[in-house]
Amino acid sequence: MTYHRYDAVIVGAGGAGLMAAIQMAGKANVAVVSKLYPPRSHTGAAQGGISASLGNREEDHWEWHMYDTVKGGDYLVDQDAAEVLAREAVDAVLELEHMGLPFNRTEEGKIDQRFFGGHTRNFGEAPVRRACYAADRTGHMIIQTLYQQGIKHKVNFFDEHHLVDILFGDDGRCCGVVTMELKTGEIHVLHSKTVLIASGGYGRVFKITSNALAGTGDGVALAYRRGVPLMDMEMYQFHPTGLYRLGILVSEAARGEGGKVINGKGEAFAARYAPTLADLAPRDMMSRFIYQEVKEGRGIDGKDYVLLDVSHLPPEVIDEKLPDVTDFARVYLGVEPKKEGIPIQPTAHYAMGGLPTNVHAQVIFDPAGTVIPGFYSAGEAACVSVHGANRLGTNSLVDLVVFGRRAGKQMLKEIHDTDLATLPAEPDAVAKATIAGILGRDKGENVADIRAEMQTVMMDKVSVVREEKGLREAEQRIRELQSAYKNIAIQDKGKRFNTDLTEAMELGCMLDCAETIIHGALARQESRGAHYREDFQARDDKNWLAHSMITRTSGGLELKKKPIVITTFEPKERKY
Amino acid sequence: MQVTLRIKRFNPEQDVKAHFEEYQVEVEGTDRVLDALNQVKWHQDGTLTYRRSCAHGICGSDAMRINGRNRLACKVLMKDLGKKITLEPLIGFKVEKDLLVDMDKFFDAYKSIKPYLIADDAPTSGERLQSPEERHLFDDTTKCILCAACTTACPITWMSDDFVGPAAIVNAHRFIFDSRDQGGRERLRILNSGTGVWRCRTVFNCTDACPRDIKVTEAIEQVKRALIFQDA
Repeated sequence: MTYHRYDAVIVGAGGAGLMAAIQMAGKANVAVVSKLYPPRSHTGAAQGGISASLGNREEDHWEWHMYDTVKGGDYLVDQDAAEVLAREAVDAVLELEHMGLPFNRTEEGKIDQRFFGGHTRNFGEAPVRRACYAADRTGHMIIQTLYQQGIKHKVNFFDEHHLVDILFGDDGRCCGVVTMELKTGEIHVLHSKTVLIASGGYGRVFKITSNALAGTGDGVALAYRRGVPLMDMEMYQFHPTGLYRLGILVSEAARGEGGKVINGKGEAFAARYAPTLADLAPRDMMSRFIYQEVKEGRGIDGKDYVLLDVSHLPPEVIDEKLPDVTDFARVYLGVEPKKEGIPIQPTAHYAMGGLPTNVHAQVIFDPAGTVIPGFYSAGEAACVSVHGANRLGTNSLVDLVVFGRRAGKQMLKEIHDTDLATLPAEPDAVAKATIAGILGRDKGENVADIRAEMQTVMMDKVSVVREEKGLREAEQRIRELQSAYKNIAIQDKGKRFNTDLTEAMELGCMLDCAETIIHGALARQESRGAHYREDFQARDDKNWLAHSMITRTSGGLELKKKPIVITTFEPKERKY
Repeated sequence: MQVTLRIKRFNPEQDVKAHFEEYQVEVEGTDRVLDALNQVKWHQDGTLTYRRSCAHGICGSDAMRINGRNRLACKVLMKDLGKKITLEPLIGFKVEKDLLVDMDKFFDAYKSIKPYLIADDAPTSGERLQSPEERHLFDDTTKCILCAACTTACPITWMSDDFVGPAAIVNAHRFIFDSRDQGGRERLRILNSGTGVWRCRTVFNCTDACPRDIKVTEAIEQVKRALIFQDA
C-alpha cells in the first residue's frame, strides 16, 4: 500500500473534476484520479452545445434560461440552483473561451449560438438560439481545453487509477479514497482534507445507451455503500435520438439545425404532440412520442425505430455543423444522411439523480441539507438539483463548468479552515477485501452474463415507460443478480492491468445503482419528466413535488422526501 | 458469420516473449472489432487486455493495429475485414500487456509543445473576437483525440526515440494557427529543433492512420512553411 497526503482529491477527470482542479491549482495540493486518461472522459462525447444567455444571435436573458431549466425539469428542479446555473453560465462560457476553447463564431467574431430543445425566448414563446457550440464536438473541445489547462497549471494526475473505496472518519468526515493503480495492481490510500466525486453517470446499467463503457457509477455507488444517500435516482433520461440498436448519440443539434423525426408513414409527428416546439420539445417528451408512435405501429416497417431526417438541410450545414454525428450514421449504419433518414431509437443518456449536494457542491446527508464535512460532488455524479426530472440539452455541460468551479472554490475554503482528519485504522481493509473476494474464487458466476441480464431487465422494465408490475419484476431480478454477483469468478488473477477485475468491480457498482433506480421508480407513484408511470400517468404535486432520498440501511432501503426549493416559478402544467 | 481473431498476446508477468493466439467468434457484419474483442474477453478469455471506453471513436482509447493498419477498434466494422483478423498493439511504444501499450512517451511529447492557449490579453468582459475565417484555419487540427494512431504509424517514430511525432505537431498546429494565441513563436522554436518537424519525411502514414480524418501531413507541412516564411 502506498500512502499519499493531499488537501484535495478529485475523483474523475471530466469537465467537473478538471474545472475544480483548475480553480485550486497553485493554491492547494490537489490530486486528480481517473480510471482513464483525462481526455478519454465521457465529457468528450458531448456534442451539441453549452447554453448561456449571451444574446449573441438574438435577445436572451438568464431569467429565461432559468425558467426553461425549471420547466424542462418538470418543476422538480431546486430553483436556487437553477438560478446559479443560468446566471453563472454566461461567465462560465466566457471563461472557457478565455482558456482557448475554439467556439464556432458569428460574422462579427462572437461566439455563435444555435437552437436546442426546450430553450425558449420570453418564458416559452418560441425557440431561442442559446447553445454555444464547436461544430458537433463541443464536449470534445471542453475536455481538451480543460485538460490543456490542467497541464498548464501542473495539476497532479493519477491516470489509470480505479476507485475502490471512499473513506470516512468516525465523526462522519470524508478523509480520503482508496484506489488501485491499473499498471501495477497496487493499492493507494489518498488521505485528504477534501474529496470531490466527479466520476460521472451510470448509463451502462441499461442495454441501449449513449454512455461510454466506463460509465458505471463507481463514485456514486461506493458513496452509497458507505451510507451516503442518493437523490432522485428514478430520474434517468432517455435521449430520443440514439443510433438504432447501438445507442450512439445523435445530437439534438441535428434538430436544432432543422432536422425532423419521421415515422413509418413519413410523417414528422412531433408537432402533433408539441405544437409550439415540435421537434425541439424536451428529450423526455420526444422519447415518449417515439415510444407512442412505435407502439401504435408507426415505426419504420412496423419495427421499433423511427428516422431522424436531415437530408433537406443544405449539404454545407451538415458538413460544417453536424460532421461527427452524420459520420456516425455512415460508419455504423451505412446510411448517408444527406440522402436518407437515420434510424434512431431512445437511448439511455443521462442521470439526473446522484449524490445530493447544495449549491456549493457539498454533499448533504438528510432532507434538512446537513453537509457531510469534506465531501463534495459535481457533474453527472451529483444531484444539485438543476435538472430535476428531465435535463435540457446543453445544460449538462453548463452544470459541469458552473458547479465544478463552485466545488473548487468551496473546497479551497474548507482546506484553509480545517486540519487533516484522522484516517480509520486499516484504511485499505474494505478495498482489499473487495478485491480479494473477487480474485479468490476459481469457479462461479460469469460477470458478463450478470451484466447483460441486468442491462436487459433495466431496458425492458425501467426505461421510457414504467409500471408497478414490471418494476416489481425488475426489483426481484436485480436482487437475484446481486446474490449471483456475490459468487462471481474471473479468469485474470494477475496484478498488471487487470481489466477483468475492474469490470467485475464496476458491475457491483452498477447493480447498486440499478437497485436505487428501481426503488425510486416504484415509490414515485406519479409521472413527472423522464419518470413515466403507465399506472400513474398524472403529475402529483400534492404528494410528489419532492426529491426522493434513498439510503441503504441494515433494515433495507429507506426513502425520504426532500422538499423542492421554489423561489420564482410556481409549478404549472408543462406544455410545449 | 464466424471469424477468427488472431491476437498478439504478451503478459510480462508470465511471458518471455509475445505470441499469437486465435479465437473463433460469431459476429454480425455490422459489429465493431471492439465488439468482437469484448466477446472474447467476456466469454472466452478474461485475461485478454486492451483499453476502451466510448466505443464510438471519440475518446481515443482503443487504437491498435488491425490487419497491419492503425485503426480504432470501435470504428472498424467486421464486414470490412475478412474472415481472419490480426490484432496487434501499436508499434513504437512499450507493450504493457496484450494490446495495451505504455502511453507516457506519447503524452510527454504532447506536453512538450505547450498544448494550451498562451495569451495574456483576456478581455475583462465578453469573449475575444475571432472571425469564422480565422477560426477555420485551425479547425481540422482541433479534432484530434490523442489516440496515437498517427504517431505510431510513423516510420520516423519507429526508428527514433526523440521525434515528437505527428500528434504533438497536430496539437501545436491547433495553437500556432489560432489568432488568439501568442505562443506561436515559442512552439515554432520547439518544432524547429532536432526533434521537431524536420524529421518528417512526408510518408503520409499519419494521414492514412487518423481515425478523425485530420490532414496530418498537411498540418505538418503548414508548420514547416510557417518556420520558413514567417519565423526564420
